[in-house]
Amino acid sequence: MMNKLIFGRYIPGDSIIHRLDPRAKLVASFYFIAIIFLANNWQSYLCLGIFTFVAILLSKINLRFFFRGVRPLIWLILFTVILQILFTRGGTLYWSWGVFSLSEYGIQNGLFIFCRFILIIFMSTLLTLTTPPLSMSDAIESLLRPLHVLHVPVHEIALMLSIALRFVPTLMDETEKIMNAQRARGVDFGEGSLIQKVKAVVPLLIPLFVSSFNRAEDLATAMEARGYRGGEGRSKYRILKWSNRDSGVIVVFVIVTIGLIVLRT
Amino acid sequence: MEPIIEINHIQFSYQEDSPNALTDVSLTINKGEWIAIVGHNGSGKSTLAKTINGLQMPQEGSVTVGGKQLSEETVWDVRKMVGMVFQNPDNQFVGATVEDDVAFGLENQGIERSEMQKRVTHALEQVKMTNFATREPARLSGGQKQRVAIAGVVALRPDIIILDEATSMLDPEGREDVIATIRKIKEENNLTVISITHDIDEAASANRILVMKEGRLYQEGTPEEIFSAGPELVSLGLDLPFPEKLKTALKARGVKVPERYLDEEGMMDWLWTSVLSK
Repeated sequence: MMNKLIFGRYIPGDSIIHRLDPRAKLVASFYFIAIIFLANNWQSYLCLGIFTFVAILLSKINLRFFFRGVRPLIWLILFTVILQILFTRGGTLYWSWGVFSLSEYGIQNGLFIFCRFILIIFMSTLLTLTTPPLSMSDAIESLLRPLHVLHVPVHEIALMLSIALRFVPTLMDETEKIMNAQRARGVDFGEGSLIQKVKAVVPLLIPLFVSSFNRAEDLATAMEARGYRGGEGRSKYRILKWSNRDSGVIVVFVIVTIGLIVLRT
Repeated sequence: MEPIIEINHIQFSYQEDSPNALTDVSLTINKGEWIAIVGHNGSGKSTLAKTINGLQMPQEGSVTVGGKQLSEETVWDVRKMVGMVFQNPDNQFVGATVEDDVAFGLENQGIERSEMQKRVTHALEQVKMTNFATREPARLSGGQKQRVAIAGVVALRPDIIILDEATSMLDPEGREDVIATIRKIKEENNLTVISITHDIDEAASANRILVMKEGRLYQEGTPEEIFSAGPELVSLGLDLPFPEKLKTALKARGVKVPERYLDEEGMMDWLWTSVLSK
């Protein structure tokens, strides 16, 4: 089940991109998604495309993984693109039938949106493929820290996030086990009508919930026994280090932004 | 020997109207002892362990650990002295990786980072898990996870380690491994170990065995004293050690066997001397 999911998976490596500070990567990815909307002609898209391609090459990860990341979304992308092509009018009109039309602007818009989707997916896949989930949660904690002033429980959010991440594989294993145990007793998963399918999930969900409660209870006891009493007065074992490389990322992004502003029409 | 834990007539029940989980339990544990607590399911073993580090406060009586009487104010000081390893290796793994988990307790005490790194490395060395420092729990075996839990306790440098059925979910190999690790750490650091167990070999290697029955301290003595009770042990939720089983089987065949408890070595000695002297 897990193996098919490319999104959110981490591929260990030792490239420049891998070694970047996760905060830099996280902020950069969001920033990239924002500046993608600056691009409005083929020169600017080409500029972003080359930039993304270079970033992917630097990560030394096989391109195959990125295409696999696009695959689950391909129908959504095609649907949006076709809608854009068929319903946008302007420029030279090649063909029209009722409300549908095929025009110069339509095709152009469709292609741009296609590029936008691909670039966003490639960039976010690059982020998740090169950043271990744990560093990601560290980065989120560190970036949220200023919100502490507004009484946002940053430490608690970060702790929940890291515990949640740590229990994902454990719960996946358990789900698999319960499913097999229920199958052995004659429960058919994924068979029959929609209602039957939903009903078959109950003998999976309830044991899973109950065991999660038990796990939570055990974990809380174990944490208390090891002296956990909230975020106050704790030190941190894991520390993120901002290096020159990471400042370099910011410089590169500033250059790309200026380039985009120059190139856009 | 100086006492490190003193329990005075404690009484505990989980809810007001439910029967007591512990009734009038009193005991003293000396520094450096290895204590095994045995008894059938629901005899109050785990509850007793939890009252020692204040996870549960007794309604009556007092608990004194390392000279400090347990109360709301001293509970965190007491927890610094007492490390606990629980039964389920998966459910007590807090950190996202091995080293994070070992560091968790140190983080809670606000220990400086450089000191933390030293202690984590040292603790992982002691349980022979250094090569696994950056592994995630999902990629470890049950025995390995339990060793990490021990490392997490060792890094805190407690005076007392409580094993709450810490080996019950492991295979025989993992169990022996974990016990050997704890024994080594105990000797090196002069720790007091309290082990709650159903495992007879583990109990047989203790200095003293406490037998719990229905929330009361039923019997107390050296393994020799406890095991000479023979078949009565089975009714207390304990298996018989192998030499005892052999003795029972021999008795059934009309062989005259000594009444006192013999460990494996002693049994062997007795067997070959009795065969030769015939």
